[in-house]
Amino acid sequence: MTRARDASGVSEPYRWQRYTTAERLGRFLIYLASAAIVFWALRTLDIFWPWVWSAPAEIADLFGRMTPPDLRRGDAILRAMIETIHIATLATALSLLIALPTAYIAAQNTTPNSVTLWIGRFILVATRSVNTIIWALLFVAIFGPGVLAGILAIAFRSIGFTAKLMAEAIEEIDRKPVEAVTAAGGDKGKVLLYGIVPQVLPTFFAVTILRWDINIRESTVLGLVGAGGIGMILQGAIDTFQWQTAATVLIAILIVVIAGEVVSSALRKRVL
Amino acid sequence: MLKITDLTKRYGNGELVLKGLNFEIEGPGLTAIIGSSGAGKSTLLRCINRLVEPTSGRIVVDGVDVTTLRGRRLRHSRRAIGMIFQGFNLIDRLSVMENVLSGRLGYVSFAQALTRRYPQDDVDRAFSLLERVGLQDYVNKRADTLSGGQRQRVGVVRALMQEPKILLADEPTASLDPKTSQQIMSLTRELSDELSLPVLVNIHNVHQAKEFSDRVVGLRYGTIIFDGTAAELDDDALDRIYEGTAGRGEQGEEPVDDMAIDTRGVAPS
Repeated sequence: MTRARDASGVSEPYRWQRYTTAERLGRFLIYLASAAIVFWALRTLDIFWPWVWSAPAEIADLFGRMTPPDLRRGDAILRAMIETIHIATLATALSLLIALPTAYIAAQNTTPNSVTLWIGRFILVATRSVNTIIWALLFVAIFGPGVLAGILAIAFRSIGFTAKLMAEAIEEIDRKPVEAVTAAGGDKGKVLLYGIVPQVLPTFFAVTILRWDINIRESTVLGLVGAGGIGMILQGAIDTFQWQTAATVLIAILIVVIAGEVVSSALRKRVL
Repeated sequence: MLKITDLTKRYGNGELVLKGLNFEIEGPGLTAIIGSSGAGKSTLLRCINRLVEPTSGRIVVDGVDVTTLRGRRLRHSRRAIGMIFQGFNLIDRLSVMENVLSGRLGYVSFAQALTRRYPQDDVDRAFSLLERVGLQDYVNKRADTLSGGQRQRVGVVRALMQEPKILLADEPTASLDPKTSQQIMSLTRELSDELSLPVLVNIHNVHQAKEFSDRVVGLRYGTIIFDGTAAELDDDALDRIYEGTAGRGEQGEEPVDDMAIDTRGVAPS
């Protein structure tokens, strides 16, 4: 508290305020506006409140019907779970085939010309802005229900994600090795191999593993629209009120998602 | 060997950086190009291997006019011109050997480059050059684990892997501490003599320019205002080259020099 005295010994507390009065008024108005928006949203959306108040009882009831989980369909669930993981893996691999060339043309420093840059950027935005479930509905309509539609749906949704992150990595590379390879007489292919690939490889592995992890979670819901995987069994169980089987499926999904998380974080540690 | 005629360069709509340079290198030996920052030294060097496009003029390397070449023929002409960089420009995540062999990228096919299957002759040459500069024990080390001096020696070896007819060095010692800088300059000088290689060095350090070169070219605002032997470079000539510009080109003239000295103790060895 001695700092509150100045050199002449006169006791004069230092005054400090984080915000001026005008700033404080401005912040108050922002809080007020935020509250108004929330209030507006709640008033506009027609939420049936009695259902909210009865939710605790419904949860208890559902939990009662779900326990104990029914393991009789364990075999089918295990097979569907493995199928789910395969869908995620194949979809990730397939997306890379398209994502890597897309990243190359979507990065400003490697794209051949402004037309290719535009095409690349369009692919990035287009595939990312459509949700996996929408892609799945589309592919089920084209290829019929089943895993193929699921794989394609997840692959398409992944392209934009992977390509965008890779394009950013390419744009952030150090120009110096590129200059060196060019000075040695290397063409574009060799600039790519020696100047660019080594620099973006860590990002490539990190992004691929992350996307695979996300895709496992995405593929668990594909079955809801008939595109293969564990979701099909879940849908069937819920439709026929077999809540105990549904519980087993939910537990299986939880286990696989956690396992995927563990595996991917272990892999990520190894590449970085 | 190298003949430059009326070379000019302008970036965008800016001023001329090179204002009609004429000069010639006939045979082996080390030529130092001195001049303050912004005099056009780097631009001049990069015009020779067309990392920078000249605005006008002619550059003839080993009988070939390189100013008009495109595509494959441009790349072939670049093979004959080795380059050493101020920032080493190594590929950090690759091994020393991969970096050295990347000097052959103008010669090998894409498949060879991808699979790292270089011809045995290239590998032999790489080993003998690495031995020559004392890096034989670092063949499989990642380039980013080396110290500055070692990295620049990798840079020198990579340039020599091209079997160049002429070697360009753009401030090869500006990122190094004074002692290492001296070592790199004497290595460059020795290799130039051993291989009868003409070497063109941009350099800030006037003492080193005098000590290691046969010939000194002084550049001031894009014009050659001195061209003579190291002995002829007296105080009067230096005054004309550096007068009214940033400094006298002694140690520490550029911020990079200061940085190199400050970080000496920190750099991995």
